[in-house]
Amino acid sequence: MQEHSVELQGIVKKFGSVTASDQVDFSANAGEIHALLGENGAGKSTVMSMLSGVYRADEGEILIHGKIAKIRSPKDAAQLGVGMVFQNFRLVQSLTAAENIVLGEKSSFWRGSKWIKNKHQEIEALAERFGLKFPVDRPIWQLSVGEQQRVEIVKTLYRGADIIILDEPTSVLTPGEAEQLFETLQVMKREGKTVIMTTHKMKEVMASSDRISVMRKGKMIATLTTADTDELELARLMVGREVTITRQEREITEGETLLVVKDLDVFADHGRKALDGLSLTVRNGEIVGVAGVAGNGQKELAEVLTGLRTWKNGEITFDGNTVKSASVRGAIDSGISHVPENRMKSGLAGRLGSVDNLLFKSYRSEEHSRFGFLKAAKNRIWSQELVERFNVKTAELDTPVQQMSGGNQQKLLFAREISHRPKLMVAVHPTQGLDVGATAGVHDLLMELRSSGSGVLLISEDLDELLQLSDRILVIYNGSIIGEETHEDADRQTIGLLMAGIKGREGSAV
Amino acid sequence: MDFTTQLLIAAISAGTPLLLATLGGILNERAGIIQLGAEGLMLMGAVITCIVYIRSGSLIVALLATVAVTAVLGLLHSFLCVTLRANQTMSGLAMTLFGSGLSAYLGKPISGIPLPGTSPKLHMSWLEPIPVIGKIFSNMDYLTWFSLLLVLVLHLLIHRTSWGLHLRAVGDSPATADVMGIRVQLIRYSYVIAGAALIGLAGADMVLAYAPTWNEGLTAGRGWIAVGLVIFARWNPLRALFCAYFFGALDSLGFRIQLLGSVVPSYFLKMIPYIVTILVLMYLGYRNRNKPSGTPEALGVPYIREQRF
Repeated sequence: MQEHSVELQGIVKKFGSVTASDQVDFSANAGEIHALLGENGAGKSTVMSMLSGVYRADEGEILIHGKIAKIRSPKDAAQLGVGMVFQNFRLVQSLTAAENIVLGEKSSFWRGSKWIKNKHQEIEALAERFGLKFPVDRPIWQLSVGEQQRVEIVKTLYRGADIIILDEPTSVLTPGEAEQLFETLQVMKREGKTVIMTTHKMKEVMASSDRISVMRKGKMIATLTTADTDELELARLMVGREVTITRQEREITEGETLLVVKDLDVFADHGRKALDGLSLTVRNGEIVGVAGVAGNGQKELAEVLTGLRTWKNGEITFDGNTVKSASVRGAIDSGISHVPENRMKSGLAGRLGSVDNLLFKSYRSEEHSRFGFLKAAKNRIWSQELVERFNVKTAELDTPVQQMSGGNQQKLLFAREISHRPKLMVAVHPTQGLDVGATAGVHDLLMELRSSGSGVLLISEDLDELLQLSDRILVIYNGSIIGEETHEDADRQTIGLLMAGIKGREGSAV
Repeated sequence: MDFTTQLLIAAISAGTPLLLATLGGILNERAGIIQLGAEGLMLMGAVITCIVYIRSGSLIVALLATVAVTAVLGLLHSFLCVTLRANQTMSGLAMTLFGSGLSAYLGKPISGIPLPGTSPKLHMSWLEPIPVIGKIFSNMDYLTWFSLLLVLVLHLLIHRTSWGLHLRAVGDSPATADVMGIRVQLIRYSYVIAGAALIGLAGADMVLAYAPTWNEGLTAGRGWIAVGLVIFARWNPLRALFCAYFFGALDSLGFRIQLLGSVVPSYFLKMIPYIVTILVLMYLGYRNRNKPSGTPEALGVPYIREQRF
């Protein structure tokens, strides 16, 4: 029998009263890509963190190449050849890619230009072998997220890892970058490395792995061979119930025109042109999806519409009125709500409780304050109602929102944004990082907004989500809309080509 | 000697304490610990140098004592900031207030007593024939040469050695450094202590080369200027050299304008370096508005090993 390169036996890990990992058995072999699939909070990352020495298991054994291993720190793990690429990269922003890679090296005190040149060559050769391209001599802050991930991967390879763990590696990548990553994983596999990848995206698992282990609520549910399974079975194992992936049914409505954006030019922070003659319309009772590879102007579009960024040329008409200048207050008052890209950065104040977070956009109203004094008791009751109505699970109303799970944070954010009955909702990646259940909840909220007659501009990188929800899908590329597909005739291939800047059939785009 | 040469010599002489203190601050802050105690450390350095030099008569003993005392203060600062994870701004301000008070108390008995000697000079007569440069460098004291050498050494240390790489990593992302097997706390302690000792030497230089007797509060805010210079120099020793001499020149310019019999009240002339500080800050802020500031990312943030729940 073949010896497993990694074997976990009966691993238990408790955080206080929560059992994050409950008698988990797991094994992976050299020359294999093994996916660890599960919803957020299923315990995938916890298990992998124990293998890489970030946490210590309370019970159970870890065997590396058949021998019992005591892994007490990331250093121990590295010595055993285990390297982990974390979801939040462990990189020093001001150092160059090469400096980050050689950071742990204790040898050679003096590092003259010759030493640096040799290291650059060595790292470039290693990177090339695995099909990973990035500028070795540039500081990390100048690299794209995809490039940063490649630096992380090369770092583990450079340190001699033959068991490589990637924690949700594609969550930060564009579809194209993800494709490239999978090719790299194939090279690693051919070189006899053990590749373990945690993810909650079934499509990727099916496309890239050899075997799949499914976890649910801290328990290992099953290990399957990829070739013998399908998405439906995986979905059932993951959530414990059948989830159907279908487009949301809907009545076709012809609402009145709500938002008209015409020939908008916007400049980004560093003087780059982010939006270039962009035009779009949103009607009442309509979800308009904006598809596109990150960095094609989505961020700036959302910022302009919500009053955070000013524009150079063009015209914005909202609800029959011309918008004259960028004003957040103006946008809120006119009925535009915003679910920002990063909910903990610009959506919620992490250390404050639910009441304060819910009040942020409505505290000025007579309902919530008088002469600048908040109506504390009344606001609490109001918050309690919202929390219940939107099914936000929180210990107490005053519990800091940063202690909630991502799904509950998002529900709270939606509660605030929907509570003042918006005419238009600008939602940016509203389900990023949420598990299947929470994602479905967010989708229901967006559909409810639609049926209540509000317009929704949904900016997302998740094509499935866009295909499910949108009445129309617009494709943004280099700051302009280069294609439009309706709910009925939208298909992945066409949109994929448009996202890559290849213009649609019959040249109808632009 | 013409006006320019005189001004240059004065700039170097006034700039050297600033340079030493700025270099100390750079070491401190590169490791991620804010150093606002410079004023207090300089005063302590100055008073210890005076006391020990007057009592023992030996300059070497005085300098060693200065380094030892300020290093202990640095140890205290790092214990507070690294181990106890106290607020670094508060710890620094406390250091300044403590240093001012203690130096005033310790210095009372020797106040106004002239030192037995000044900083010894390195004569290089072969340099003298060269115009301007010869005048400046042929007769410079050892501490100034030491500070110049230190600029070079620190520049190479930070940018060309494995130690420097570790230092930069610890100041920017201690969590990353920790995962890579670098001993974050040890590095922070070492550089805070070394930095404090350098700032102490800056105080010693003030009394040896600049004001030959102890007076209460004799640094007159130069510690604070050094705190600002660390930022102007963007945590880079080579830039620190230029910034320190530039401010040294401004400092002595005010004095010289006064000597020329200017009608501007001396208070305003003394304000020159501080007004320029504000102007330079405004200019740099405007020019670098689209660039990362160069501030060590983790400056002022105590490091705790990752722990959930």
